[in-house]
Amino acid sequence: MVKSDFGYNSKVEGEVIVTRADAVVNWVRSNSVWPMPMGLACCAIELMGAGGSRFDISRFGMEVMRFSPRQADCMIVAGTVTYKMAEVVRRIYDQMAEPKWVVAMGACASTGGMYRSYATLQGVDNIVPVDIYISGCPPRPEALLDGMMLLQEKIRQEGGSLKRTFRGRTVETKIVR
Amino acid sequence: MEAAVLTDRFPRTQVLPSQDMPTYQVAGEDLLETVRFLRDAQGFDLLADLCGIDWKDRTPRFGVVIHLLSTTHKEYVRLHVGAVNDTVPSVSSLHPGANWHEREAFDMFGIRFDGHPDPRRILMWDAYPYHPLRKEFPLAGIEVPLPAADVAEVTGQTVEPAPMMGGPFVSPGGKLSEGEPSALDQSWNEEKPKA
Repeated sequence: MVKSDFGYNSKVEGEVIVTRADAVVNWVRSNSVWPMPMGLACCAIELMGAGGSRFDISRFGMEVMRFSPRQADCMIVAGTVTYKMAEVVRRIYDQMAEPKWVVAMGACASTGGMYRSYATLQGVDNIVPVDIYISGCPPRPEALLDGMMLLQEKIRQEGGSLKRTFRGRTVETKIVR
Repeated sequence: MEAAVLTDRFPRTQVLPSQDMPTYQVAGEDLLETVRFLRDAQGFDLLADLCGIDWKDRTPRFGVVIHLLSTTHKEYVRLHVGAVNDTVPSVSSLHPGANWHEREAFDMFGIRFDGHPDPRRILMWDAYPYHPLRKEFPLAGIEVPLPAADVAEVTGQTVEPAPMMGGPFVSPGGKLSEGEPSALDQSWNEEKPKA
């Protein structure tokens, strides 16, 4: 939350903090992003590393990896998406409740990476809207944390809390064909 | 194991030249009995590999290669079977480990395995119309619909060919060097060598 988002004067207001609903909702959302680990290849190992004690993703309120899409806010697509798996990725994305975000972790999820062949989807943004792309093959956990902090920043800057994020997102990050 | 042990018992079996391990050409009709004999009488109790080959110009066009290992004698043996009418007897009744290998050979080459308990594709989805490791199939792929019609409808996505040219590993413009991957130039294939 940036400073102008709330006002607090103990002499006038006692124990009351004044803020905007959008700001506080975004602040809460950005600090409790529950990821859905869509681990498909070696990037998932780095994702596990980010969850461990050395890198400790829980510092950002993201340690609650949810293996059910219905309880998750953010799908981290970590790994190579084949055409056979693309259907599953899209279905899991559809099952997640709004608001939801997608992080494409690594070269394969972002562009297909080195798998330029008949079997591999050339970037997960062909089937779901992507908020953050993280480079690397695989990215180190620090890079994942950096990307997730960028995502937090993005969530905090989102307008009206009732905005339909999917429609908003398709306009912002148009699915690149 | 001496070669005569096999060739005497199965007269249609021939010795093939090989640089690493004894290799035999086995007739399809003899395959099951040969593998059973090698397993039960000669100690070749482990199926190490089973894969397909596209010979392109030969008749029959496809072949299946089986590597057997004897865990007691520390020996390998390799069998090659021609796929007459693209069909080879399944050895998964003798070596259950062959089950998925045969499904992969079917998926990639279209070789049918007679007597296989579960003859489905294993890597590509069931409705996929091609066999991708055949010589005429381009590495980039051929455009087909996505496996799931509803996802295809929402996303407008198809299974798109992804040629190396125009991809992230090729800088636009300029001449191809000899060192670059042969798949780079999509005009190149087995029939038309690289210019």
